[in-house]
Amino acid sequence: MSAGDKSAKPAKMRWGELDEEDGEDLDFLLPPKQVIGPDENGIKKVIEYKFNDDGNKVKITTTTRVRKLAKARLSKRAVERRNWSKFGDAIHEDVGSRLTMVSTEEILLERPRAHVLSWLVECAYFQQLRGLNFASIAALVTSDRIGVVAFTGAKADETKMAGDNLAQLGKGGAVLMVCRTCGKKGDHWTSRCPYKDLAQPPETFIDKPAATETAMAATGATKGAYVPPSMRAGAERTVGSDMRRRNEENSVRVTNLSEDTREPDLLELFRTFGPVSRVYVAIDQKTSVSRGFGFVNFVSKEDAERAINKLNGYGYDNLILRVEWATPRTN
Amino acid sequence: MRPILMKGHERPLTFLKYNREGDLLFSCAKDHNPTVWFADNGERLGTYRGHNGAVWCCDVSRDSMQLITASADQSVKLWNVQTGAQLYTFSFNSPARSVDFSVGDKLAVITTDPFMGVTSAINVKRIADDPSQQSGESELTITGPAGRINRAVWGPLNRTIISAGEDCVVRIWDSETGKLLKESEPEVGHKKPISSLTKSADGSHFLTGSLDKSAKLWDSRTLTLIKNYTTERPVNAVAMSPLLDHVVLGGGQDASSVTTTDHRAGKFEAKFYDKILQEEIGGVKGHFGPINALAFNPDGKSFSSGGEDGYVRLHHFDPDYFNIKI
Repeated sequence: MSAGDKSAKPAKMRWGELDEEDGEDLDFLLPPKQVIGPDENGIKKVIEYKFNDDGNKVKITTTTRVRKLAKARLSKRAVERRNWSKFGDAIHEDVGSRLTMVSTEEILLERPRAHVLSWLVECAYFQQLRGLNFASIAALVTSDRIGVVAFTGAKADETKMAGDNLAQLGKGGAVLMVCRTCGKKGDHWTSRCPYKDLAQPPETFIDKPAATETAMAATGATKGAYVPPSMRAGAERTVGSDMRRRNEENSVRVTNLSEDTREPDLLELFRTFGPVSRVYVAIDQKTSVSRGFGFVNFVSKEDAERAINKLNGYGYDNLILRVEWATPRTN
Repeated sequence: MRPILMKGHERPLTFLKYNREGDLLFSCAKDHNPTVWFADNGERLGTYRGHNGAVWCCDVSRDSMQLITASADQSVKLWNVQTGAQLYTFSFNSPARSVDFSVGDKLAVITTDPFMGVTSAINVKRIADDPSQQSGESELTITGPAGRINRAVWGPLNRTIISAGEDCVVRIWDSETGKLLKESEPEVGHKKPISSLTKSADGSHFLTGSLDKSAKLWDSRTLTLIKNYTTERPVNAVAMSPLLDHVVLGGGQDASSVTTTDHRAGKFEAKFYDKILQEEIGGVKGHFGPINALAFNPDGKSFSSGGEDGYVRLHHFDPDYFNIKI
């Protein structure tokens, strides 16, 4: 039933019909919409009436400010020039010549100190690269990014993830971006150093005393292989192994510790079995959260044995401890 | 921003120029055809065919009807901007390096290179209203500076001519008599050849870029050094924003060593500096050769750069560029 029908014969309407019909058809009962303004301040008022869900009449006043948008300033002459016909070589321009292209790469005004940002841009670039089809990669070959196009999809993915992690670390201020090749701070990572090729070969870069090389030659080690400091010439080997033995003595490894457990807690737990010479809980250097294991050294072996027997499988801070000898005993 | 890449030239770009309204962009390159582009979308409007050598410089009249180009084929040509027709050819006996219309477009200053025993010169030509009445006579010829004069422009009220070139000295000449009025002092001036010179929008100061890896801002009347911008690459091109206090420097390593080094070591970015604080704002990457030409749109909302790689890159700034704080 149209509104026109209704207004023509309102007398025929019955209240029963009114209830069934939806609100839209009742709109003729409402006062008409009013528009006031816009006045000199650009204020425009629109007054509307409608029925809400409960069937009550509601007056809605909407006040808006009308602002004229600044027109794009184009001079008449420029508009005229827009319609000039082409001349010179531009007449015979092929459709496919593609003289004018929009860069596939988003170029940002890179701030000198915004190294984290530039990393994110790199990451975004890799993300973008993954989404590119082969044709667009071919198009990229013309750009200066040719070096990274060689990534396969999976590799680009990896690099992106690594990049994300690094960017996160950078955000927290945990990592200072320092290039080991050129020593520049905050500009790039070592792997992306533009001077990489210009730098000295890495053999001459490792800072080791000249004596090491002769020692290596004597032991018959291949040149360039890594030699731990303790094995190098001049290192006091006996001291090193002595220290290791002392650390291993009566050492008990405690694993499955809760994150809240600290060294004093362990000491409190283990000192009941006998005098303890050292307590150590492994802490992650970056996050300073416990890594969930630690070592306890006892003065006497018997105490250590008793501690292992008693505390292995002991419930501590909602976790079942695992306590064992730090180094597997051969005997 | 996503720059628009325009690949109309086969050879390195040498010069870029916007017309007054900023809707047309003229580009000159070492190939022989100066080209005009629509500055908003980068569409090519036309090319000016007729030169027989590298085109080093151009200028467009205020009404955007006449174009003047300086070429290494020892000629300077006047063109009809709309049709690409040649209106007049000034012939010289050495390559023409730079050209600049005076305020009012009645005069043009043209510099010519030293060539086959001919010394470099600054020539002033009168531009006739009707091209058919055009004569090739020079109003004034100034000689003196040693080496190439890379750029000569008109000073305030057309009273002076400012020139700079290979002898590292900025000079101000009287445009009536040809007398040398001022000369930059060697202590404050550039230490290596000056490659580019650009005036501010109001002409009150100008910027010179030099191969000594610096750009300097000078007062147009007194030739006092106002600011100094140091960078880590030889400067081939300079531009000044007409809208913000920004200065753009373009350059890069010597073109001959480009192919032997990594593109990242080349420093082919356009570097933005704060005009007043002389501090670096940022860099816009993209070219894979040194930047030879830079131009700011007169509305300050876009700029274009031309490189040794033959590309013109037209950058429309993102909105956040206009709120950059140091």
